[in-house]
Amino acid sequence: MSNEIKPFQDPGLPEHAHRKADVDAIAANRAERQVAILFLLSAVGTIGTIASYIFIDSKKFIFLPLLGDTNAQQLALGTGLAASLFFIGVAAVHWAKTLMPDNEVIAERHEFRSSDADREDFVATVKDRAGAAGLGRRSLIKRSMGVALGLIGLSPIVLLRDLGPLPKNDFATTNWAAGVRLVTDPGDRPIKPSDLEIGAVAQVLPALPEGTERTLENIGKDAVLLIRIRPEEFNLNAERLSWTHDGIIAFSKICTHMGCAVALYEQQTKHLLCPCHQSTFDVTRAAKVIFGPAARPLPQLALTLDADGYLVAKQGFTEPVGPSFWERNSS
Amino acid sequence: MKKSERVAGNVASYIDDRTGAAGWAKKNLTKVFPDHWSFMLGEIALYSFIILLLSGTFLTFWFDPSQQEVIYNGSYAPLSHVSMSASYASTLHISFDVRGGLLMRQIHHWAALIFMAAIVVHLLRVFFTGAFRKPREANWLIGIGLLTLGIVEGFLGYSLPDDLLSGTGIRIAEAIIQAFPVVGSYLSYFAFGGAFPGHVFIPRIYIVHVLLLPGIFLALITVHLMLVWYQKHTQYPGPGRTEKNVVGYPLMPVYMAKAGGFFFIVFGVTAFLGAVASINPIWLYGPYTPGQISAGSQPDWYMGWLDGLVRMAPPLETHAFGHTISWNILIPGLILPGILFTGMALYPFIESWISGDTREHHLLDRPRNVPNRTALGAMSLSFMIIALANGGNDVIATHFHLTINGIMWFTRIGLFVVPPIVFVITKRICLSLQRADREIVLHGRETGRLVMTPSGEFLEVHEELTPEKKWTLTQHEQPAALAAPTEDAHGTRPKATLKGKLRARMSEANAEQVPAPTSSGAHELESGHH
Repeated sequence: MSNEIKPFQDPGLPEHAHRKADVDAIAANRAERQVAILFLLSAVGTIGTIASYIFIDSKKFIFLPLLGDTNAQQLALGTGLAASLFFIGVAAVHWAKTLMPDNEVIAERHEFRSSDADREDFVATVKDRAGAAGLGRRSLIKRSMGVALGLIGLSPIVLLRDLGPLPKNDFATTNWAAGVRLVTDPGDRPIKPSDLEIGAVAQVLPALPEGTERTLENIGKDAVLLIRIRPEEFNLNAERLSWTHDGIIAFSKICTHMGCAVALYEQQTKHLLCPCHQSTFDVTRAAKVIFGPAARPLPQLALTLDADGYLVAKQGFTEPVGPSFWERNSS
Repeated sequence: MKKSERVAGNVASYIDDRTGAAGWAKKNLTKVFPDHWSFMLGEIALYSFIILLLSGTFLTFWFDPSQQEVIYNGSYAPLSHVSMSASYASTLHISFDVRGGLLMRQIHHWAALIFMAAIVVHLLRVFFTGAFRKPREANWLIGIGLLTLGIVEGFLGYSLPDDLLSGTGIRIAEAIIQAFPVVGSYLSYFAFGGAFPGHVFIPRIYIVHVLLLPGIFLALITVHLMLVWYQKHTQYPGPGRTEKNVVGYPLMPVYMAKAGGFFFIVFGVTAFLGAVASINPIWLYGPYTPGQISAGSQPDWYMGWLDGLVRMAPPLETHAFGHTISWNILIPGLILPGILFTGMALYPFIESWISGDTREHHLLDRPRNVPNRTALGAMSLSFMIIALANGGNDVIATHFHLTINGIMWFTRIGLFVVPPIVFVITKRICLSLQRADREIVLHGRETGRLVMTPSGEFLEVHEELTPEKKWTLTQHEQPAALAAPTEDAHGTRPKATLKGKLRARMSEANAEQVPAPTSSGAHELESGHH
């Protein structure tokens, strides 16, 4: 710390300056009236709130500049409530600032540290009391207590076990399998290649066996995007090309980054974009990641036609869909 | 004696007979609180919390925290006969069929945003003025805890309606859980009661949102305020203000009126926002289904920096020995925030270790007088702002016609380059302000008044500062660098450890200051040579 003697001395608290209302009775009365008016404005706000609750039709919408179409009752309730609260606050603050004493008061602080004697006494007391418990001498108690207290936290953890089932192989499986028809969502209608024009994109799901209900958990893993482009635009290896059908290609719709729906398809560039973190996938190159934090392409679903000419899966997905997890065993 | 005085006296003696509280109450009713606008920031956070409790309780009367599928048949026609979860349907019911329901929803959401903003600004005030120093380190830690829990509480809150946007947020949270090495898929199945989204998640986060976390908040806020009360508030330096006193207004009546009035003002402003400013219009998003999404999916602002970090993360994954580790999630989503928040929590201890200062501090610092701390704060803030900006990269790109690629590279590089530059610039600005203080103390204020001396010379008249102002500008201490370890009696010098060197180097950096006016300099001023 600087040893330089301070060049200026603390002049102490400046002299108290009187406010107008302190010395002028007229100004004080005016301030009192102002505070009263503010409190009354709050009362008006409350009455307005209650009146709008009772008298304004709750289904009525009005058009206001800036706000657009607004529910009249919600607006009136809100502004009434706001006024009733706000003006109480302003009244109280105005009262404090104009009429309550504004003399600054000095209070002393005291160092928190106790006196040395107290501290030594404290240590002595703790030692004495701990000695009375005999922890130092009775090591058997100390150790067994350590074991008991160390273990007691395990019960709550074990008791939480039934929060959910074990994942088993669930993250790696979907309802897609060889011969499962692609159906529209919504509608559950099977799809023929002729239903899709070039440039079209559609969300499809696997047809479920009769009597099975489709759950959100299913959709979270099964959702697939079906896209049709000109076959010559594909830039795929022979195997992946054989998974397409006449320009129709299918990818898992669940982002390989954090599981959002990869729903934005840019027809001109043939890019798929995930709106969550902007991972971008190139449809013509088997959904290769061309931008963003996703580390893997979207899994491609192999397509073929069944005997009736409807699109079906040639096989299930060859890798887990969606975000990564520890047990995931493929790159 | 007036009747009202007699009644008050009876009540007081009834209570005092049973608690002996009169002595304590007498002392505390006149407790002194210093006055400054920046001390209201924490108050705003406290009042928003109360608003959240009140408006939240209102919402629970109608909200149904269930993922049971129902068919909507309320008065919002566009979603008529649509299948949705009961929680989404009840949120629509509150918004369209409960009078004042939409208002309360909007007040609740605005209050949450204001709560988080007030916490952050309050934290900045405490940081930049050094209010976290001994004896207030514990309150700093509680504050960091409240900030962290506030982020979680806000996220859980806006996830409850189970709309398309919030469900997408939950999906991302699930991916982060799933990304934990070794136990990720188990944790996810336990949290969601099976496969995502399942049917138990909304009821579970509901009880955490309305009971568990608010309970913890209440406990932490109580301790936070009790410590402020017990340790007495800090104050800004000025005439008559010392480390040994506290100058301000007594609790009763001035502070009661001002603080109580301010609660109503905050509530009134929040209610007005709820009345006129639409927020989270969940009916536009539709019910959640994992197969759909809306463009421009954004979290609330206090999560935005986290999302921004995730968005700019490079696509890194490790595939080895049959296992996958997603660095693109773990680094921006867990490791980096963990480092940031741990560093923030430890800062008071790091600073006192560097300075070797173990005294109590009740006078606040003017930020310019502690250039390194101020620069560090500005640097951290610039880091967060860049991360936050990238959290809105899609919106920024469409609004300002920029490419997302450009924004990503700008923020990726900026995240490493801008904060050090901000540090250097802030430190230079602080030193310049110190120089300006010194100048004005020694030579007075420029009045703009020109006079001509008899010899024909033009001079600008400088007006000397008041003693109060001079004191305010010169009262602070300037830290000296810690002395290097010297030789002991045997003539051996203690070995310089890496830790010791680091500490010496940082303490040296802290000592870089514009010298405060000295007594000789001031003396010069008094004798009129300037």
